[in-house]
Amino acid sequence: MIPAAFDYEVAESADHAIALLAQHGDDAKLLAGGHSLIPMMRYRLATPSVLVDVGRLDDLRYIRTGNGTVSIGALTRHSELEHSAEMAEACPMLASVAALVGDPAVRHRGTLGGTLAHSDPASDLPAAVLALGGTIVAQGPGGSREIAATDFFTGYFESVLAADEMITEVRVPAGGGGWNYQKFNRRAQDWAIVGVAVAGGGAGVSLVNMGSTPIRASGVEAAVAGGASAAEAAAVAADGLEPPDDLNADAEYRSHLARVLTERALNAAGVA
Amino acid sequence: MTAVTLTVNGTERSLDVEPRTLLVHALRDDLGLTGTNIGCDSSSCGACTVLVDGQSAKSCTMFAVQADGADITTIEGVADADGTLHPMQQAFHEHHALQCGYCTPGMVMAAISLVEEYPGLDEGGVRHGLEGNLCRCTGYQNIVDAVLAAAGSGGD
Amino acid sequence: MTITEDAPAAHVGSRRLRKEDPALLTGEARFIDDLALPGAIWVGVVRSTEAHANIVGIDGSAALEIDGVNEVLSGADLAPLWGEGALPCAWPVTPDMKNPTHLPVATTTAKYVGDAVAVVLADSRYAAADGAAAVVVDYEPLPAVVEIEDAVADGAPLVHPDLESNECYTWGLWGDNAAAVDAAFAEAAHVVSERYLQQRLIPAPMEPRGCAAVPSPAGGELTLYSATQIPHILKVMTAVVLGIPENKLRVVAPSVGGGFGCKLNVYAEEILCSALAMQRGAPVRWTEGRSEGALSTIQGRGQVQHIELAADADGKVQAVRVKLLADMGAYLQLVTPGVPLLGGFLYHGCYDIPNYMFECTSVFTNRTPTDAYRGAGRPEATYAVERAMDSLAVSVGVSPEEIRARNFIGADAFPYESAAGLVFDSGDYQAVLDKAVALAGLSERRADQASRVAAGSSKRLGIGFSSYVEMCGLAPSRVLASLDYGAGGWEAATVRISPTCKVQVVTGSTPHGQGHETCWSMIVADQLGVDPDDVEVLHSDTAVSPTGLDTYGSRSLAVGGTAVYMATEKVIDKARAIAAHQLEASEEDLEFSGGTFRVRGTPEAEVPLAGIAFAAFTAHDLPDGMEPNLEAHVTYDPPNFTFPNGTHIAVVEVDTDTGNVDLVDYVAVDDCGVQINPLVVEGQVHGGILQGAAQALYEDAVYNSDGQLVSTNLADYLVPSAAEAPRFRLDSHATPSPTNPMGVKGVGEAGTIAAAPAVINAVVDALRDLGVTDVDMPASPQTVWKAIADAQGGAS
Repeated sequence: MIPAAFDYEVAESADHAIALLAQHGDDAKLLAGGHSLIPMMRYRLATPSVLVDVGRLDDLRYIRTGNGTVSIGALTRHSELEHSAEMAEACPMLASVAALVGDPAVRHRGTLGGTLAHSDPASDLPAAVLALGGTIVAQGPGGSREIAATDFFTGYFESVLAADEMITEVRVPAGGGGWNYQKFNRRAQDWAIVGVAVAGGGAGVSLVNMGSTPIRASGVEAAVAGGASAAEAAAVAADGLEPPDDLNADAEYRSHLARVLTERALNAAGVA
Repeated sequence: MTAVTLTVNGTERSLDVEPRTLLVHALRDDLGLTGTNIGCDSSSCGACTVLVDGQSAKSCTMFAVQADGADITTIEGVADADGTLHPMQQAFHEHHALQCGYCTPGMVMAAISLVEEYPGLDEGGVRHGLEGNLCRCTGYQNIVDAVLAAAGSGGD
Repeated sequence: MTITEDAPAAHVGSRRLRKEDPALLTGEARFIDDLALPGAIWVGVVRSTEAHANIVGIDGSAALEIDGVNEVLSGADLAPLWGEGALPCAWPVTPDMKNPTHLPVATTTAKYVGDAVAVVLADSRYAAADGAAAVVVDYEPLPAVVEIEDAVADGAPLVHPDLESNECYTWGLWGDNAAAVDAAFAEAAHVVSERYLQQRLIPAPMEPRGCAAVPSPAGGELTLYSATQIPHILKVMTAVVLGIPENKLRVVAPSVGGGFGCKLNVYAEEILCSALAMQRGAPVRWTEGRSEGALSTIQGRGQVQHIELAADADGKVQAVRVKLLADMGAYLQLVTPGVPLLGGFLYHGCYDIPNYMFECTSVFTNRTPTDAYRGAGRPEATYAVERAMDSLAVSVGVSPEEIRARNFIGADAFPYESAAGLVFDSGDYQAVLDKAVALAGLSERRADQASRVAAGSSKRLGIGFSSYVEMCGLAPSRVLASLDYGAGGWEAATVRISPTCKVQVVTGSTPHGQGHETCWSMIVADQLGVDPDDVEVLHSDTAVSPTGLDTYGSRSLAVGGTAVYMATEKVIDKARAIAAHQLEASEEDLEFSGGTFRVRGTPEAEVPLAGIAFAAFTAHDLPDGMEPNLEAHVTYDPPNFTFPNGTHIAVVEVDTDTGNVDLVDYVAVDDCGVQINPLVVEGQVHGGILQGAAQALYEDAVYNSDGQLVSTNLADYLVPSAAEAPRFRLDSHATPSPTNPMGVKGVGEAGTIAAAPAVINAVVDALRDLGVTDVDMPASPQTVWKAIADAQGGAS
């Protein structure tokens, strides 16, 4: 299918991108790797009138470590996370989750900032950043602000990001205990039917595709902190959630999967 | 219309495209390189896979304007000028890794990129590495064997 | 097998690499959308978004404001183009079958989501897409019937009110047998009664459909290029529907990217583009999008099956009784009504069952039409009988392999006349099963399975059998006549030898991935003693290959290949006469081997085929009355079907915590008769198995209650990738078919026919001790988990 027509602007810098967003208003969208946006445009589910291409901002493609933090430029591609020796050392979870996104061709183009801005509850990396207790740095006309991942996601494909803001950097803590990511799907290339990310030996637990946003499983985290076994903690994984019904899973089955996968992830992360 | 310059299979090509022109349509309709096929509209099948700056990319999920200045390799560009097939093409031939051949250009390009990106692949690695390229004819077994052979990792 | 007298088969039977490959590997091959047609009119089709609705109005004003959009045409605007013509159904299976008029573009009422309701003509593919998206159609929704069983419920909405019923036809095979069947059930020690669902499938060849009609206005000719399996049939049908004289019409199938039955049809867009091209005097083209194709291209399967087996105390089946409800969709496409019949003869499977009763009622629903999809009726039949045989095994208390052994048609019983009236050609079903059991390492698998159960493992192992027989080589024309099919089942071939002794084969078979060029070359090369590379194979263009009936139903080799073989024999016969003339010997004294005629007992008296070819060309010294040139044409009408068979064994691991099914091993032993090229055979089997396994585990054309197709794209319709596919382990056990001179049977559909029941039998086998007796297809994780939960007494 063919996307609707749009005007195209190339951003020379983050400042330029933000100025272009301000200039074109609500109908403008940032284009990074495009692997979330372009499929939606092909179905004409998204019809932005202006695309601001930030894909050439190579100064936002980096992975830096220091002071116990990994700082990742927003335009860093999934395959760069996957293959980065620095990432494997400082935050192997994010590298491993990046390697599970889509397929290799998708990972060559998709970016960390793009997937966070898209805020798809079925995506892998947003949940991982959430479990890791990450921070998202967003730049707008008035400067930069830091947003805790826990405060970032607000609904289906919605975040606190303003229309004239762009993500410039993502920060996650380095190191930090046992981790695991469980991705359950029917085909390897597909989005997770349910996914569970565990970081920090169970201190951070998040769920993929269990609601309208990536969800921090605070009940599970509390149970682990309180000394519960993995099985006990996992039992509350779906409590209070309203998971979606779709072709692959209804809410009942999703809730069951969330419990099973949470127990597996906690076990793999070292929670007995 | 937007002016775009691409280096395609080693030759610089300039064209004017609508910004919404998908890279695959620019290659096929504007440059006449019809070897790259289109099999879906959801970025699922990989029939349109080409190399962008040496890495596999689904050319239906890129606008041609995004590729401005990039180095593109299509299936037409991988064999030698004298017609000698690329080792991956040759392996596909020798392992009967194609039937109707429609997925083949994308599959070959994905495989070339895959073995470059992941040295020392085993069968499971090849299978997962080709997760984004669908074939309806072969059941994949001969494709997997061809890629393993071309990667020098064995295979039948 | 004897190819020609005394000649060793040098190429047939070898794993020769394909001559088709280089063009496909380099991007040189031209598929339909690759054709460069400057100045072509691009067609965008506006499709109904309603399952059933009156078309109240079509507003093209917004579309016409788009740059490059030139016209918006409603069905009524277009109706004069086809006049009395309508899309054809070639298989009126009963005299009273209901066949609604099927216009290429609907005029008053849309009958399914995807039904064409208007057309946009534009300067480019992008403008055509923009225009189609901008046309506003005003619908008055009508009640829709979506599910098969709802179509026959009292008070069901009618898909075609003028037909006064949703029942298309009822067709049966029972004759005088009904009483005997009833008696067998009355006396049975074991009765199995099962209901199975065949979900609708989207064929999804990797190349979507497309067509381009190119007129020659001054001469009045039209060339229709189409991604079709059937250029010959399409030509006849296009001529009939549009009234274009056949001599003015040429149909070309360029490289075709897979078909699997869905390109065995005459589609609205082919008729539309042809008619518009004739009217406008300009090329008119259309290329299907993937999501569009999910709606606009036929779907497969779509049946509710009731099967009953009556067996004696030993588990020997005495009768099978089948009642089928089959979903035609909203209209009858080319062979839609015949698909259930192709399975209707085979619900006894490969078993010696004396009493047989089959009845099919086919119904209209407000969904995309169904039609032939890889296997066409035979996968459905095999699924039902192979699932039911496993139920019988449980009832009798024997293993799946034992229940099959007790019921197989014996190797000494061929030719075997089945209770359904077919004569099976050859086979040794027990030997095939024994090979499969050995290859699968069955006893080790069973031990592993038992130990997991004993350990209470959540990773259960299941082993599933599927023994199948299918009818291929469609088909004897007289048999087709008895089934009211609208054409014959022959195939044509021409073989020519050029002055320089190169060989040209013209075949009426139409390949789209099967490797005809390679295999036909191998056959002819062995017969003539030439190199396969010296043989060219022409096909798929009615100007080059004017006579043919194309490729479907695993018929190419058994019918088309046999025609090639026979034409080559005719050429050899003529060459022999010339050789005898040159050598001044009698034809009876000549032997032909390795491309040379020799006088028996006088080896120095010889003449090579090349010499004869040149002599036939110059015609300076031919026998009196002989025509110049070495050329022969054969139209071969097979005397019978062929009956490939086999046993497949699937091994699955089921995660009872999640319901996930992993296919961990798959063994297939097939008897497709003599193999021309085992490399090609194995490729067909690999792909076929995965397509069948995909029905079992992944694929489902899901409709919601409003008749909206939910799984329209390849993100939602789960065609499996390499990551989901297992490694297949194959063996074969050939019993040459006595039906044709090469002893071949066909292999294009075997894997698909066998695989789905093998996989589902394995899933059920894994869960039987948990109380699970059936799992619907596709056995998705959720479906399996719920089956376990239900068997255990309700979901957790």
